Amino acid sequence: MEEVPINHMKTKPHNRKVVIEIKLLKKSFGDQEVLKEISLDLYDGENLVILGKSGSGKSVLIKCIVGLLNADSGIIRILGQNIPDLQSKELSLIREKIGFLFQSGALYDSMTVRENLEFPLRKKKDIFTKEQVDKKVLEALNHVGLTDELDKMPAQLSGGMRKRVSLARTIVTNPLIMLYDEPTTGLDPVTSEEISMLINDVQKKYKTSSIIITHDIKCALLTADRIIMLKDGEIYKEGAPENFENSSDAYAKSFFK
Amino acid sequence: MNPNTDYMEIMNSVRSKTFTFFEEIADIFTFIQVIIKETFSRDFEFKEFFYQCFQIGYKTLPLIAITGTIMGLVLTIQSRPVLADFGAVSMLPGMIAVSLIREMGPVITALICAGKIGSGIGAELSSMKVTEQIDAMELSSTNPIRYLVVTRILAATLMLPVLVLYADLLGILGSWAGANIKGDVTFILFFSQAFSHVGFIDFIPAFIKTFLFGAVIGFVGSYKGYHAGKGTASVGEAAHSSVVQASLLIIIVDMIAVQITDMFI
Repeated sequence: MEEVPINHMKTKPHNRKVVIEIKLLKKSFGDQEVLKEISLDLYDGENLVILGKSGSGKSVLIKCIVGLLNADSGIIRILGQNIPDLQSKELSLIREKIGFLFQSGALYDSMTVRENLEFPLRKKKDIFTKEQVDKKVLEALNHVGLTDELDKMPAQLSGGMRKRVSLARTIVTNPLIMLYDEPTTGLDPVTSEEISMLINDVQKKYKTSSIIITHDIKCALLTADRIIMLKDGEIYKEGAPENFENSSDAYAKSFFK
Repeated sequence: MNPNTDYMEIMNSVRSKTFTFFEEIADIFTFIQVIIKETFSRDFEFKEFFYQCFQIGYKTLPLIAITGTIMGLVLTIQSRPVLADFGAVSMLPGMIAVSLIREMGPVITALICAGKIGSGIGAELSSMKVTEQIDAMELSSTNPIRYLVVTRILAATLMLPVLVLYADLLGILGSWAGANIKGDVTFILFFSQAFSHVGFIDFIPAFIKTFLFGAVIGFVGSYKGYHAGKGTASVGEAAHSSVVQASLLIIIVDMIAVQITDMFI
């Protein structure tokens, strides 16, 4: 079978292996049911965009995937391992293979850019020498075009630069899976586009599989191989980006108008 | 107004508050349990611990120096006329030294530190929580309790006795300065008179309780910061409640410590 190039892979790539498998995932906060039996798969090398209004459960879903929130029920299998069943050590090992870009960037305020990037590598002192760590930090910063900002504090950076540094911090460990939580929120349209292009660059260079949580249509269209639309904690619609653009469905159209 | 509806509302409110209270107690005990476990784990964060000792200890020295000196000075100026009425001015250095070492030094220093260190820890951890830095740390395979909480509590526990000793010494120095405003006493004479009245029974219990005060400050600040809610308002709330609750607990711990000490004297 002919291999489908990643950037033209606009439907479910069934010829690829599943890296994240979610089945019947439920999560509630008190009486409020946020996720109602969500099931989805992320395929190897795919950029899956999860689209939805604020409060539709997008961020809760992504936090359940990495175990920052405990799901009430359901299966979250990452690279074959069910996250809710894992002990903390096993969870740490699986998390090393995941890069998570937080909505706020989540850079450590008290550390310089260099220290922020070195932080995820601090537990691997027996694997990497100081020179190797320096090289990895510079490589990651070079990838986001910010090598000159190495010794600055996060407070000295603009919103877009903070997001880039945060992205560099997630890729410094060479993750297999990238999870982006609202990567373009709070950024101007030009910077948002730059971040969207960086997401594509990361996929190409590091061969990652990604879930991108967003309500930014431009970002979704620039990055998505496939889109899943959430509404009130349920999957409302799923398909290729062009299916959404040409959809006659009123709810989908309200996003793409 | 329906009295039955009012009654039900009151009962529901009481039930909800009682539930919240017991839920918080359970949270506190779980937090303590996790902290104890992480304190004795193999991967102790030494670098962060020494950094916190520097932040909590060294950076608080100027504040403690000013407070300690003024405490001794004011205590001397206020006590001198009363002692003069009884013809007991010669007792001044001893009285000041005993009151500073036994009670004033530890409690005032701890309350000042609750304000500076407790609010600092509460605000720092809560802002880290709000901006998802703690989540980011957890995803970087770093245990945030071990890295952020254990190091701060231990640093506060170990640095507070040092700060209290420093405050006591400067308090006695301030007292000597106060004594010289209306009198003339040499530094060596004042110090020898002061310490001739101080025994181990004055010093040891007071020194031990300073460790407890430090642990209280570190724990309350960490607990409030780590359990902060969402939004920037919770940062202020965490800092504020850290100071209030740590100060209250310091007074309670002091009262218990004094009662226990009394049983052995």
